Amino acid sequence: MKIRIKFSKRGVMKFIGHLDVMRYFQKAIKRAQIDIVYTEGLSPHMVMSFASPLSVGLTSDGEYFDIEIHGSISSREAVRRLNEVMVEGMEVLSFRQIPDEKSSNAMSLIAAADYEVSFRDGYAPCEDWQEKLLDFYRQKEILILKKTKKSEKEMDIRPYLYELSLREEKVFLKLCSGSVTNIKPELVMEAFFSWLGVEMKPFSLLVHRLEMYADLGTEEEKKFVSLEDLGEDIAE
Amino acid sequence: MRKLALDDEILLNIEKPARYIGNEVNSVMKDKDKIDVRICLCFPDLYEIGMSYLGIQILYDMFNQRDDLWCERVYSPWIDLDRVMREKNIPLFALESQDPVKDFDFLGITLQYEMCYTNILQVLELAQIPLFAKDRTQQDPIVIGGGPCAYNPEPLAAFFDLFYIGEGETQYFAMMDLYKEMKASGKSREEFLRAVCKIPGIYVPSLYEVSYHEDGTIASFTPRYDDVPVVIEKQVVTDVTNTFYPKAPVIPFIKATQDRVVLEIQRGCIRGCRFCQAGMLYRPTRERDLAMLKECAYEMLKNTGHEEISLSSLSSSDYSDLEGIVNYLINEFGGKGVNISLPSLRIDAFSLDVMSKVQDIRKSSLTFAPEAGSQRMRNVINKGLTEEDILNGSGQAFEGGWNKVKLYFMLGLPTETEEDIKEIAHLADRIARRYYEIPKDKRNGKCQITVSTSFFVPKPFTPFQWVGMNTKDQFLGKAKIVNHEIKDQLNHKSIRYNWHEADVTVLEGLLARGDRRVADTILAAYKNGALYDAWSETFCWDHWEKAFEDTNLDLDFYTTRERDVSEILPWDFIHIGVTKKFLQREWERAKEEVVTPNCRMNCSGCGAAQYKGGVCFEDKN
Repeated sequence: MKIRIKFSKRGVMKFIGHLDVMRYFQKAIKRAQIDIVYTEGLSPHMVMSFASPLSVGLTSDGEYFDIEIHGSISSREAVRRLNEVMVEGMEVLSFRQIPDEKSSNAMSLIAAADYEVSFRDGYAPCEDWQEKLLDFYRQKEILILKKTKKSEKEMDIRPYLYELSLREEKVFLKLCSGSVTNIKPELVMEAFFSWLGVEMKPFSLLVHRLEMYADLGTEEEKKFVSLEDLGEDIAE
Repeated sequence: MRKLALDDEILLNIEKPARYIGNEVNSVMKDKDKIDVRICLCFPDLYEIGMSYLGIQILYDMFNQRDDLWCERVYSPWIDLDRVMREKNIPLFALESQDPVKDFDFLGITLQYEMCYTNILQVLELAQIPLFAKDRTQQDPIVIGGGPCAYNPEPLAAFFDLFYIGEGETQYFAMMDLYKEMKASGKSREEFLRAVCKIPGIYVPSLYEVSYHEDGTIASFTPRYDDVPVVIEKQVVTDVTNTFYPKAPVIPFIKATQDRVVLEIQRGCIRGCRFCQAGMLYRPTRERDLAMLKECAYEMLKNTGHEEISLSSLSSSDYSDLEGIVNYLINEFGGKGVNISLPSLRIDAFSLDVMSKVQDIRKSSLTFAPEAGSQRMRNVINKGLTEEDILNGSGQAFEGGWNKVKLYFMLGLPTETEEDIKEIAHLADRIARRYYEIPKDKRNGKCQITVSTSFFVPKPFTPFQWVGMNTKDQFLGKAKIVNHEIKDQLNHKSIRYNWHEADVTVLEGLLARGDRRVADTILAAYKNGALYDAWSETFCWDHWEKAFEDTNLDLDFYTTRERDVSEILPWDFIHIGVTKKFLQREWERAKEEVVTPNCRMNCSGCGAAQYKGGVCFEDKN
C-alpha cells in the first residue's frame, strides 16, 4: 500500500539538512514499527521518496515523503506511533493512502508551494516596504539574471509568481515549484530588493514553507490541490 | 522550545550545525531547578567521533537514571566555530541545556588517545575554565579525567582536579553522593578534593609530590598528607551482566563514525599480546551473559531504529558463546533490514560461514592483524597467530569467493631485525600466491592485498613499557624497506602498501610515557596553535617542535631511552591488578622469544585474579 506522510519541521530542526532528515525518518519508521517495504537484493533499503528538499535554515509545515507498507494500519494509529518517537520540532501531520500508480509520486507531482517570508529584526529594506512590495507585484514583468553553470540568462519570473500578499508583518508567496521550474522565495525577495535598489544582506529573511501542491488543472486554468489532499485517510 | 547558545547567523555559517544543537533522539532533558548535581561529559574531539564512543553512552545513561543528577554532553568545536567563539567570547556550552559548561558541578573528560590532549585545553579555554587546576575557584567545575590514557595521567596532571582510574560503573555514584553532601554543607573545593581521594580509584594529583634525580628520572612520588592513599587501585565491574548498559543510546542527526548499535559482549582479552595496553588494563576478561546480550540487542534496535548492529570487544572470537549471539542476531534481525557487523573475528570456518551470511562477499574484505611479519617477531610480541593460520584462513576465504585481504603490522617492535621487516612483504606475497593457486576459471579476477603498517609506541602497563622507541628516521627507513621488498616481488601488482605518519607516532610516544613536566610542553604546543592533532589535515609538527625548544624538553629522554626496570615510572603509583613483576617476567620472556599461553589455556599469575571475577574464576565455581 502506498502512503504519503506529511510533517512539519520547526525550531532547531531547521539546522538538519535534507539527507539527515531522510536518515532520521528511516530510523523513526523502524522505532514506530511501521511495516515498511524494502527493496530486493543484497543490500535492501527502505522504499522512500521525498518531495522537494528543504534548504538548511528553513522551517516548514508542509513537508512530504512517500513510502510503501505491507498490510494496513489506520492513519490515526500510524500518526500516533510516529509522533511518539519524534523529537521536539518534528511532527507528523498526516499519514494517508495514495493511488498505486507511479505517476502519483510526490516529487514528480509538485507544481507549486506556499511560503511565508519575514525579515529578521533590522533587515527590512525600508520603512514602507509593504506598500513597495505590492507595487513590485503589480509589474507585468519581473526580470532577473539567472546564473547557470555556464552563463547568465535573463528570465522573467512574474509568470511563476502565482500569488503575493501581505499577512501582517509577513509576506505570503505562492510560487511555481517542481523539477522543471523551481522558484525559491529568496529569489523573489532578492528581485524585490534590487528593484528597490537596495542590497539584500545574507540572513535577512526567515522563510517558512506552508504547503506543497500538485496541479490538477488545464493549460489555461491551474487547479492546485495540496499533496495531502491527493491521499485518503485510512480508517480504523 | 529550547534556546540555542549560538544564533542562526553563526549556525548557518559553519560546517554541520547539527553538531551543536543537541535535541537528538534519546537525549535527556531535565528541569535544572530540580537537579542537585550537574555533570557534563566531554569527548575532546569532533562530535561525530565522540558520539561513536560507547563509554560516554554508558555513563550518560547511568547518571541520568538518578533524579538528582543531570548528565549532559559536549564535544570539541571544529576550528570554524572555535574561531567564532573566541571572536565573540561565547562560552562553551553543553548540548542538552545549551548552558555554559563553566556553570556545571563536574566536567568529565574521557582520554581515549594521546593525540587529543591539546583539544582538552581548547575545551577548557573555550569553556572559560582556568587551564591549570591550581587556578580554579569555588565557581569552576571539578574537572575529571578518565579512560585508557588516565592510566598515565601525569602529563595532564596539572590540568585536572582528579582522575578516575578504572571502569566508571563502580564509584561515580559514591563520588556524587559525597559531593552532594559536601556542597549542601557548604564545604570548599579543597575540602572536597581531600575527601574524594579516599574513594577507591580516585587520584587527586595536587595531593602528591614528585621529586627527580639529576638524570631526570623520578626520585620519589609521595602523598603530601598521611591520609592520602599511596597507591590508586583500578576499579573494575566484576559482574558485567548485572550492571548498567544503555538500552536507548542517543542517536545523532548527522552520520557518526559508528552509525549503528554497539553491543559490547565482553571486557578484557585473554590473549596477552605484549604490545597491547588494553589487553593488560582491562584484565580480567569478563563476559556478559548471553541472555543479557539478547535483551540489549533487541531493546537497542527497537529504541534507536538503527539498521546495523556491531559486536564490540577486544577479541570477539574468544567469547564463549559467540555462535549463540551471532545466530540469535541473524535469525532475529537478519530478515528485517538490519545489517550485522562482526569486527575482530578470527578467520576460521565458523567466521567465514557467518560472514558469507551477513555480508556481500564481493565487496567485503578479510582482515588479519599478524602485527609482525616473521614468526620469531610474533613470538616476541606474544601474538598467537601463526603463518599457517593466516594462509589457511585466507585460502578458505579465497575458495569461498573473497578476493580482498587487509593485513595490519607494526614496525619498530623491540628486537626487530631487517629480516623480520622483510618478512612482512614475504607474507603478503605468500597470501597472493595462495590465491593464484585457485584455477583461473574459479577465482574472482585479481586479488587485492592491502598491507598497512603503523609504528610501535611503547605504552604504560605493558611488558614493553621499558623499551626505547625508534626515532622518526628509523621508522621511515623501515617503511622504505617494506615498500622496496614488496615492489621486488612476483605479486607486487596485487599488493598495496600504506604506512602511518611517523611524527604523530613520536608525539604519541612522548605523551604516553611522559611525566608531570610534559604538561608545559603540551600547553606551549597548544599556544603555538596545535589542535586536532589526531587529524592529518590539522596536525602540524612545527607547533610541537617549537614547544620542545620553548620548554627545553628532551624528546629522547621520553621516547628513545630504554628504562631500567628499577626506575620509578610515572604511573607506578597506579595498581591495575596485573603486577609490575609479571610485566617484567613477560619482558624477559619476550627477549627469549618465548610465548605465554592465554588465560584460558593456563593462568600465568598476572595478578588480575585479585578482582575475584571473570576468566580467573571461570572453572572454579
